[in-house]
Amino acid sequence: MGPEPAIAVLDYGMGNLRSVEKALEKVGARATVTADESVIASSDGLILPGVGAFPKAMERIRELELDRMLDEAVAREVPVLGICLGLQLLFGHSVEQGGADGLGLLEGDVVEVPAGGRKVPHIGWAQVSWERPTPLTEGLRPGEPFYFVHSFVVSPTDEELIGTAEYGGRFACVAGRGKVWGVQFHPEKSSTAGLRLLSNFKEICS
Amino acid sequence: MSDLKRIIPCLDVDNGRVVKGTNFVNIRDAGDPVELAERYDAEGADELVFLDITASHEGRDTIVELARRTADNVFIPFTIGGGIRSVEDARAVLGAGADKVAVNSAALKRPELLTELAEVFGSQCVVVAIDAKKEEDGGYGVYLNGGRVATGRDAIEWAVEATRLGAGEVLLTSMDRDGTNDGYELELTRAVARATDVPVIASGGAGELSHLVEAIEDGEADAVLCASIFHYGQHTVGEAKEHMSVHGIPVRI
Repeated sequence: MGPEPAIAVLDYGMGNLRSVEKALEKVGARATVTADESVIASSDGLILPGVGAFPKAMERIRELELDRMLDEAVAREVPVLGICLGLQLLFGHSVEQGGADGLGLLEGDVVEVPAGGRKVPHIGWAQVSWERPTPLTEGLRPGEPFYFVHSFVVSPTDEELIGTAEYGGRFACVAGRGKVWGVQFHPEKSSTAGLRLLSNFKEICS
Repeated sequence: MSDLKRIIPCLDVDNGRVVKGTNFVNIRDAGDPVELAERYDAEGADELVFLDITASHEGRDTIVELARRTADNVFIPFTIGGGIRSVEDARAVLGAGADKVAVNSAALKRPELLTELAEVFGSQCVVVAIDAKKEEDGGYGVYLNGGRVATGRDAIEWAVEATRLGAGEVLLTSMDRDGTNDGYELELTRAVARATDVPVIASGGAGELSHLVEAIEDGEADAVLCASIFHYGQHTVGEAKEHMSVHGIPVRI
C-alpha cells in the first residue's frame, strides 16, 4: 500500500472547513485546508466545500483563481468532490441572489429547493435514494440518511444524477461525471454514513 | 411527510465543563463535554447543542476550544449558544467547527444582530433562542436571565420578527416547563411552529419518551431538545428513537 492520498480542501474564506478536514483525517486521508496553488497542484484529490451565498463564493473563487486550478485538476483527472454549496458551484448557473455563473464542471442549473410550501432552508436529515451504483456511494444503504442544510438544489442531467432525496418534492442530491462528484448534504456531519462516503472518496483518490 | 425529526441532546457548559449529567457508565470523564458528545453521536443523536453558561469574560475562550475539540471528534452538527454578541463571536465558534450559533439576549438587545449574522454566515447558521413564559393574560412573554427578567415582548411575535430578520431556526424553551419533567409546552410550541416558516426546536420539560412524541405530533415541532432525560441515564437516544419510530414519527435509525 502506498501512502494515504493527499486531499486539498479548497479554502476561499467561506464556511466551516475544519470539520471536513477532520473527517478526512478520521477516514485516513491526509487533508490540507488551502488555497495555495502548489499544494493544490500536487494533491491526489480536491474537495470544494462551501457555506453561504453562491455569487459571493464564485467571486472569491475567481479572485483566488481556484476556478482555473479546478479546471486544470479536472483536465488531469484528479478527483473533485463538491460539498453542499460546493456541489452547486460545480454547475453552470445559480438563481441565488439575482443569479451568477458557476464553474460549469457539471451540466445544469441551481434552483430553489422544491419545498412545495415546506420550510426553507431545508435543515435536517433526509433519506437518500441511489439512482445508480458508483464508487462514491459504495456500501451505503438504500435510504441512508444524510444531513442537509440548504435553500437551493442542483438540476443535473440524467447521466450525472446519482442520488435523490425528498423535501416537499424530490431533488437531486448526489451528482457526478467522470471524476467530478458532488453531494448536497454534509458528509462531515452525517455521522457513520458520511464518513463512509468520504472514505470512498479517499479510495477514489488513491 | 418523510423528513426525519431530530433528537438534540443539550449540554450546559461552564468553563469548558459539563454542568449537569454525570450518570453515564463507561465514561472516563463525565465532565468533559466532548466525551459526552461522542457518546451521544454513537447513540444516534441527530445534532447537539452546547449552551455556554460561563460567567467570566476570560472563560469565553473555552467555548471556542470546545467547538474545536467537538468538531475534531464528533461528526454530527452542533450549535453553540451563550455569549454570542457579535459577528466576531460567531465567527470564532463557527470557524472552530460549530455549525450554528444560538443567540438569545444579544438579539433582544440588538435585533439587527440576527440580520448581520445571516448576511455573513447565512440564516441556516443562525438560531434564535427564545425563553418564553406564560403570562396572566394567556399569552407568552419573552424572558431573560433564566426567566427572571421580563422583556415585555410577546414570544410568538418575537419568533416571527427574529426569523424575518434572519434567524433560520427557533430554539424555543418554555421556562415554565424547563426542569419540571412534565412535558413540553405544546400550545406555545404549536403557536410558534404555525406562526413561523422555519424549523422549531421544542425545549424544556422532557421527562419521558412520550413527551418527545407529543412535541412532534401535537406541538408540531421539527426537533426536540433534551437534557436530563439523557444526562441522568434514564433513557438512551437510541431508546428515544425507537419509541418515536414505534409511534409513527420518522427518525434516523
